[in-house]
Amino acid sequence: MKNHALRPLWLALALVGTILIVRHFLVPKDFGVHGRNFTYGFHRLSSIDEWKAFTVKYKGKEYCADCHEEKVQENLKSKHRDIQCENCHGPALEHPDNPEKLVVERSRELCLRCHAKLEYPNSNRGSLKGVDPASHNPEAVCSECHNPHKPDREGL
Amino acid sequence: MSCSRRKFLKTTIAGAAAASVPLSALKFISPDEVRASVGDEKTRWVFLVDTQKCVGCGFCVKACKLENEVPYDVPVTRTWVERYVVTRDGQTHIDSPDGGREGYPTAKMNDEVIDPKEISKAFFVPKLCNQCQNPACVQVCPVGATYQTLDGVVLIDRKWCIGCGYCVMACPYGVRFFHPVHKVAEKCTFCYHRISQGLKTACVDACSFGARQIGNLKDPNDPVTRVIMNERVAVLKDEYGTKPQVFYIGLDKEVR
Repeated sequence: MKNHALRPLWLALALVGTILIVRHFLVPKDFGVHGRNFTYGFHRLSSIDEWKAFTVKYKGKEYCADCHEEKVQENLKSKHRDIQCENCHGPALEHPDNPEKLVVERSRELCLRCHAKLEYPNSNRGSLKGVDPASHNPEAVCSECHNPHKPDREGL
Repeated sequence: MSCSRRKFLKTTIAGAAAASVPLSALKFISPDEVRASVGDEKTRWVFLVDTQKCVGCGFCVKACKLENEVPYDVPVTRTWVERYVVTRDGQTHIDSPDGGREGYPTAKMNDEVIDPKEISKAFFVPKLCNQCQNPACVQVCPVGATYQTLDGVVLIDRKWCIGCGYCVMACPYGVRFFHPVHKVAEKCTFCYHRISQGLKTACVDACSFGARQIGNLKDPNDPVTRVIMNERVAVLKDEYGTKPQVFYIGLDKEVR
């Protein structure tokens, strides 16, 4: 066969070879089928570890109790015992190192998330104690009268 | 008492090594935690939502956004809460302002106040990724950037995603979106960094009413598994055949 006919063939083969070599270096070693099958498990294995290494920001009530034992114990006896400290105090992150102080949300809007009265049947919301935010001391901050850690009537 | 130099050095090194072990390394690890950290086929993460218990406070959405670094004021979210109000004339009103991030402090829906006397039923429905057994979003990924782990969670490889958006379109539940910072597809991971350490997801922890629970379907003693196996539960959009693994108590035909 003549040279001019073979030349594109060599060129194509060289191109394929180059792509294979480049691919060998670019595709990570741990890329392959790791899950149940090719359809659902074809991926880079170390991606799972990257997700596992993501930072935990919400530490939970037990973490708070390590230092604020008294506050937590008081809260655990009240109706608000199932509410996480961090729902109002914000995520603990690395507190007390960073941030040294957590910003407490004291807005009316925070309390109204649950305690704005909505007349909803078939939902727990309907049976929660609630107020009409427009008529119930609209200018006041809730914590002026109600103790958020221990909201029971005796604390009023 | 004699003490050779060799013995002295040995004791010192052993003492220093022992002192450097943090207290947390000595804590008791439960079998559940070990199983969770391995992440193999012995675990199948599932979610249980009790719509009767949800009050629409939106703390789950807030916690999810902060925990998972989803920009707070951009209208995207990994989980959200929908409000359904069905009136006596048969109409269904649905809203979810900011995904329910700030809760539902008013009865106003889409600039319309519904008379409480007209309401025949009203409830809240939290939504999140269903971590389907046959995830359509994974099937369509052209580069292998999204996948299912052996314990059943669908994750996205942020380094590998090219942002083509096929998965966003493929998900029947609309849980995927573009991460405005990383510029890749984003979705709920069941807080994989938390559940693999034996913690609960941020939304489950933030829920004060027990409306959200996470469990291992392969553990017959798991309280979540017991409910799914023994009580009446439903899933969303069963007809798509994706086999969603978020189970709902008290689901209504109006919920889409």
